[in-house]
Amino acid sequence: MAMVVGGAKAKAGRVAAHTALAVLVLIWTIPTLGLLVSSFRDKDQLIVSGWWSALSTSEQTGFGRTGTAEDQVERDGSFVIEGTFLEEGQAGSIATFGENQRNLSAFEAGETAALEDGGNFTLNADGTYSWVSETPFEHERGERIFFIAEVPPIFTLANYVEVLTSEGIGQSFINTLTVAVPATIIPILIAAFAAYAFSWMQFRGRQLLFVVVVGLLVVPLQMSLIPLLRMYNEIGELFGTDAKSYLGIWLAHTGFGLPLAIYLLRNYIGSLPRELMESAKVDGATHFHIFTKLVLPLSVPALASFAIFQFLWVWNDLLVALVFLGKRADQIVLTSQLRELLGSRGDNWEILTSSAFVTIVVPICVFLALQRYFVRGLLGGSVKG
Amino acid sequence: MLAQILTALLAIVIAVGVSILYFAGTNWILDKSLSDRVEPDGTEVIRAKQRESIRPWLFIFPALFLLTVYLIYPVVETLRLSFYGGAGSTFVGLANYVWAFQDAEYLQAVGNNLLWLAIVPASACAFGLAVAVLADKVSWGVIAKTFIFLPMAISFVGASVIWKFVYDYRGPDAEQIGILNALITTFGAEPQAWVTLPFWNNFFLMVILIWIQTPFAMVIFSAALRGIPEETLEAARIEGANEFQVFFRIMLPQIMSTVVVVWTTITIIVLKIFDIVLAMTNGQWNTEVLANLMFDWMFRGGGDFGRGSTVALTIMIAVIPIMIWNIRRFQKEEGMR
Repeated sequence: MAMVVGGAKAKAGRVAAHTALAVLVLIWTIPTLGLLVSSFRDKDQLIVSGWWSALSTSEQTGFGRTGTAEDQVERDGSFVIEGTFLEEGQAGSIATFGENQRNLSAFEAGETAALEDGGNFTLNADGTYSWVSETPFEHERGERIFFIAEVPPIFTLANYVEVLTSEGIGQSFINTLTVAVPATIIPILIAAFAAYAFSWMQFRGRQLLFVVVVGLLVVPLQMSLIPLLRMYNEIGELFGTDAKSYLGIWLAHTGFGLPLAIYLLRNYIGSLPRELMESAKVDGATHFHIFTKLVLPLSVPALASFAIFQFLWVWNDLLVALVFLGKRADQIVLTSQLRELLGSRGDNWEILTSSAFVTIVVPICVFLALQRYFVRGLLGGSVKG
Repeated sequence: MLAQILTALLAIVIAVGVSILYFAGTNWILDKSLSDRVEPDGTEVIRAKQRESIRPWLFIFPALFLLTVYLIYPVVETLRLSFYGGAGSTFVGLANYVWAFQDAEYLQAVGNNLLWLAIVPASACAFGLAVAVLADKVSWGVIAKTFIFLPMAISFVGASVIWKFVYDYRGPDAEQIGILNALITTFGAEPQAWVTLPFWNNFFLMVILIWIQTPFAMVIFSAALRGIPEETLEAARIEGANEFQVFFRIMLPQIMSTVVVVWTTITIIVLKIFDIVLAMTNGQWNTEVLANLMFDWMFRGGGDFGRGSTVALTIMIAVIPIMIWNIRRFQKEEGMR
C-alpha cells in the first residue's frame, strides 16, 4: 500500500514540475513573442487590439464620403449615386453603418436607411453603396457615412521596410556592425599574447600584475567615463579632429574587455600540458613561435567563447556608445537609435517593435548558433564585472 | 553606407595588421639586437637570458598599456576629480560629498539601488535555480532551457522595449494592448500605468533585469547541479527524504559556493544598472539609480565632472568588498594549482 501512495505522490510531484516549468517558460518567452508578432502586424490593427488576438478579425471604425450631385444618374425615374467606400484590394467588410459618428451601428450592412438629408441609402458588406432619391440631388459636397468594418488579420513587412529606410535603423545596423567587429577582434589578439605571457613566461611582478587584472574584472565602467571623456576631448582639440570616432570606441571597448579576455584566456592557456611547451622549447622554438604555431591554434575554443561574449556585449552596449560616439546618422548605434525612437515615437508600436526586433536578431542568431562556446565561456569566467 | 562598410573592413585589416606587425616586429628586433655572437677573440656571447627577460614585456605591453589608460588611470583620476568642481579645475575639498548627502536625487538613487540589490540577485538566483532543477526532472528540459536562455542575448534597451509593450497602458475605456493590463482587466481590475506608479514602478523595472539575468543563473546552476554525485541524492531518497528535503538539505549545500559566485556577479551588474532605467523612465517617477544619475551629471548643464565622479565613486566603493573577496578567492585557487 505504501508503494501505491508513494507512486501517487511522485506523480503529483511530476505534474507540479511540468506545470511550474511550463509557466516559467511562458513568462520568459511571451514578452518576446508579443514583440515579434506585433512587428508584423498592420499598424492600424496593432493599436486597436492586443497582439494575442492578431489572428482574429478586428473591428475598425471608418467613414466614407458619398459622391456629389455630379455623380448622380437617372434610372427608372429615380436619381441614384453609386460608389464604394472600401478601396480596390482593401481587405475587410462593412458590418454596420450610421449617419453620424455617435451611432455607428444604426444599420446593419445591406440594410436601407432613410437619410436625414433625404433619399434611401444602402451600404453593402462589400463596401458598395447606393443612394436613391425621388428628387434630383443638389449637394456639392459628399455626405459622410460612418461605419464599422470587420478587417481580417493583416500581416505585413511594411513596418520593417519603414524602420530600415526612414527611421535610421538600417544605417544604425551598419554602424553597430562597424563598432562590434573590430572591437571584438582587437582585444582577442592583445589578450592572447598577454595571457600566454602570464601562463608560460617568467618575469618579475607576474603574480602581482595578474592580481591587478583580477581586481580590474569588477571595476565599474562608470569609473572610467569622465576621465576618458575629458581625455578624448583634449586629444580631439589637440589634433583638431572629432573627439567622437570609431577608433576611439574600438579602443575603449578593447580596454574595457581586456580584463575578462586575459582572465579567461589565461585559465585556458595555462591549463595546456606543460610537456607540450617544454618539448617545443627543447626543439629550439622561441616563445613567439610556440605561441603562434602551437598555443594559438589550440586555444580556438577559448578564443571563440570570449569572442561571442565580447561581440554580444559590444552589440548590446548603450553606455559606451552614448559617451564615445555621436548621435549623427553615420555614428549612432542600434541601441542608441532604439532609445531615441522610444522617446520620439513612444506610441508608434509598429516602429518600436520592428526596430527592437532588428536590434536583437543578430545577437539571438549568434547565440543560438554558438551556444556551446557561449556556455563554456560563462562557466569559465563567471565573475566579470 | 558602402564606404562605411569598406572603412570598417579596412579598420579590421589595419588593426589586425598593426597587432601582428607589433608582435612579430618587436620580437624580430629583439632577436636581432640581442643576438648571440662570436667575439673576435673567439668567445661566444650567448644573450638568451637577456632576450628572455625582455620578451615577456613585449607580450604584455599592449595589454598593460590599454589597461592603464582605460581602467587604472581613470580610477585614480575619478577619485581626484571627486574633490574638484564642475569643470574639474578648482579644488573644492569635500563639497561634492556634502552635496551628495543633501541631494534628494542622490539619496533616492542610493535608496533605489539598495532596493534593486535586495530584490534582483535573489530573484534571479531563485528563478535560475528553479529552472535548472525542474529542467532536470522533465523530458523536455533542454528545450525549456533554450527558450529561457534567449533573453540573455537581448540588449537591455531591446528588453526595455519588449517590457514597455507588456506594461503598455491605455485609458480605462480603451482596449488594452499591453498584455499585463489586458490580463488584469479580464479579472475586472482597473488598468494601471505601471511605469509611473510610485514606488512599485521600481519593481516593474527590476522585472526586466531579473528576466535577463535568470538565464545566466540557470546556466551556471545547471552545470553545478551536474557536478553533484548522484549517490548522495539517491541515499537521501532511500532514507525517505522528499524532493524538497533533497533540494534544501542535499543539493543546495553542495552548490552553495556557486550560488555565492552567481549572486555577486549579478550584484555587480545591479550596481551598474543604467540602460533599463534610462530607456524606461530616465529616472523620473522616483526610479533614479546611481549609474543613471552619474550619466546625467556627466552632461547636465555642460557636465559637472566633480559630482559625476562622486556618484561614480559610490558605485566603486560598493564594489570594493567584492573585488577584495574576488582577489582572495583567486589567490586561494592559485595556491592549490
